[in-house]
Amino acid sequence: MKKSKRLSRRKFIKLAVSVAASGSAISCAGTISPWRFLSIEEAQTVEAICGQIIPADQDPGATQAGVANFIDRQLVGYLRRYQKAYREGLAGVNHTGLARFGKKFVDLPAPQQMEVLTALDKNEAPGEIWKQRSAKEFFDLVVSHSMQGFYGDPRHGGNRDGVSWKMVGLSYPPIRGRLR
Amino acid sequence: MALKHVNAVVIGAGAAGGIVAKELAVAGLSVVLLERGKWYSPFECRKDDLRNQRVTALGSAFGPDDERYVRVFVDAKGQEHLVRPSEGNYHNNAACVGGGTFSYGALAWRFMEKDFRMRSTYGAVEGSTLEDWPISYQDLEPYYEKAEWEIGVSGDDSKNIFRAPRKKPLPMPPLPPSREHQLLKDTAELLGLHPFDAPMLRNTIPYNGRGACMRCRWCVGFACEVDAKNGTHNTVIPKALATKNCELRTECVAKEILTNAQGQVTGVAYFDTNDRLQEQPADLVVVSCSATESPRLLLNSKSRLFPNGLGNRNDWVGRNLQGHAYAGAYGLFDYDVYDDLGPGASVAVCDYNHGNPGLAGGGALANEFIRLPYNFTTIRPPGAPRWGAAHKEFMRKWFKRHIAVHGPVQEMPAFDSRVQVDPKVKDYWGIPVVRLSGLNHPHTLEVAKYVALKAETWLKEAGAIQTWLKMPGRGLSGNQHQAGTCRMGNDPKTSVVNKYCQVHDVDNLFVVDASVHVTNGGFNPALTIMAIAYYASDHILTTWKDRTFR
Repeated sequence: MKKSKRLSRRKFIKLAVSVAASGSAISCAGTISPWRFLSIEEAQTVEAICGQIIPADQDPGATQAGVANFIDRQLVGYLRRYQKAYREGLAGVNHTGLARFGKKFVDLPAPQQMEVLTALDKNEAPGEIWKQRSAKEFFDLVVSHSMQGFYGDPRHGGNRDGVSWKMVGLSYPPIRGRLR
Repeated sequence: MALKHVNAVVIGAGAAGGIVAKELAVAGLSVVLLERGKWYSPFECRKDDLRNQRVTALGSAFGPDDERYVRVFVDAKGQEHLVRPSEGNYHNNAACVGGGTFSYGALAWRFMEKDFRMRSTYGAVEGSTLEDWPISYQDLEPYYEKAEWEIGVSGDDSKNIFRAPRKKPLPMPPLPPSREHQLLKDTAELLGLHPFDAPMLRNTIPYNGRGACMRCRWCVGFACEVDAKNGTHNTVIPKALATKNCELRTECVAKEILTNAQGQVTGVAYFDTNDRLQEQPADLVVVSCSATESPRLLLNSKSRLFPNGLGNRNDWVGRNLQGHAYAGAYGLFDYDVYDDLGPGASVAVCDYNHGNPGLAGGGALANEFIRLPYNFTTIRPPGAPRWGAAHKEFMRKWFKRHIAVHGPVQEMPAFDSRVQVDPKVKDYWGIPVVRLSGLNHPHTLEVAKYVALKAETWLKEAGAIQTWLKMPGRGLSGNQHQAGTCRMGNDPKTSVVNKYCQVHDVDNLFVVDASVHVTNGGFNPALTIMAIAYYASDHILTTWKDRTFR
């Protein structure tokens, strides 16, 4: 598990966004990951996967809602038992991308990313890692965590500003002590 | 190391234990109430949709913890799994003062008369241990009333023509109907059904010194932030403590019940908050640990006279584990049916509890508790996408335009649905853990299908443009309605306790919780558990004299 220097929340978000935007131009050597568990590249991959699981449309999607932040935070918290699954699973997703289209997942255009994820969902994904680990199980896990990080309470690191609650038409913040 | 002797140890401060402790303490007995969990405040884990007692994505909010507790679950293929409390196959209820009543949805039904006479009514069901209770509804009627008034129940069942007779009305009126409630009520009447306001252990007016429900969307599984949800933690347990006869010891884990060479119970060995083993001597012991933990404690209390555990001469301890086979339907509407008025589960029918053609029993149907966005992420018609743009659109479009109707279908008890203790696995304290195995009886699923179709008809008549069924699986049932594992009966060969909840052949040992239910009704069991607690306490006090039983 990588140790990350404590950054203020603002600096962390700025750095994470700029790192994500620069893509693979930044090498991991010598760069401190602003994430708590994920490497910079892993976080980019998580964002890309979750961004297909819950895409942006007329309403914000997983990326803007900070689902990757939720996952990263919970992987050093209550969901720490899935650390190995994510480490291996994310590598596996890249294996599949390389095997199918010759590129890592984050470098694929959206339709090809969808094909990779669909293959995982059907448990028909090529890749070394998927010989030891079920692709579908890993994908189900990420779907499940994406739903938690998008539709769950913002206090856990996702659903920034309650975007999903606003999307379905609920008030945010929740009204405390409301009497009707 | 022995502590100062008391008259009674009650193990488990839940729906039943809280009541027994109070009844005994008020009568002047010295009582120690042991509880393995904590005493939470209504403000803990506020409105946390990922961490409560229903949704345990990030842990069980009100216990027990995943670190120190584990069970063994044997699946349908016979494979063993280690499971933690936050996983469904652990069959958790809660671990805290108030037990399940601290965070439940608080539905407060009385069982119907036939629920106590399932065998006489329907005959034997092949492969099931379906049987009559040794007591009748009439035996419990005064105690249902006591629970309704002392713990506090609101609602109105006067239009329920199927209800068992009551002497006194409910102390509190129902909540004004939500939009979905009104729609379902009007539809049910058109269908010739008999809808009524579901009874709830919830304040709808100031009662017992606390205010009324604020109609929020965080009910079932959550602590009530305005303390309007009634349980034993905010009614009888404080009363028990106020007598000064009852001492509540939280975070104390019972290890075994101690007996002497004459086969009488002498006290309880337990681990205190510092994990030190203590021995609490007592004249009588009441086990109220839930239908999974009570048999575990009995089975772990072995001695020369009870080599297979207390009450277990005939291998009936831990048998017949039941819950409810929830069945119902979902409906989508072409207008907003959601008005953000909680708690839901407000309009009910008992038209399908009994008398369903060719079927044994049935279950009450009602609208579901109000659903949060995260709850809705797994609700969709069969075959609909569960991720991607289409799923997001589904969430956006239908969150406020869907209604769920379902109910707790009564299960046919199965001898092999059972709680044992594992021969190898132990918990943090070194105590052998619960081992769960078994399946639902096939007839239960037949009844569930019938009830689910009725729910679907109700939604279609209400104007749903699309409906689909929600059906239980074939796997082991229990969870938060767990019952049946220390069956009440007149014959010691086929039961664990007698009609007074007294363990056969151990006079000063009682099991008072849902373990004693012979069958579990087509209703959420909490009020029945409370009634049995009052009833058993009454018997203990009537026959108790000078530290023995007459």
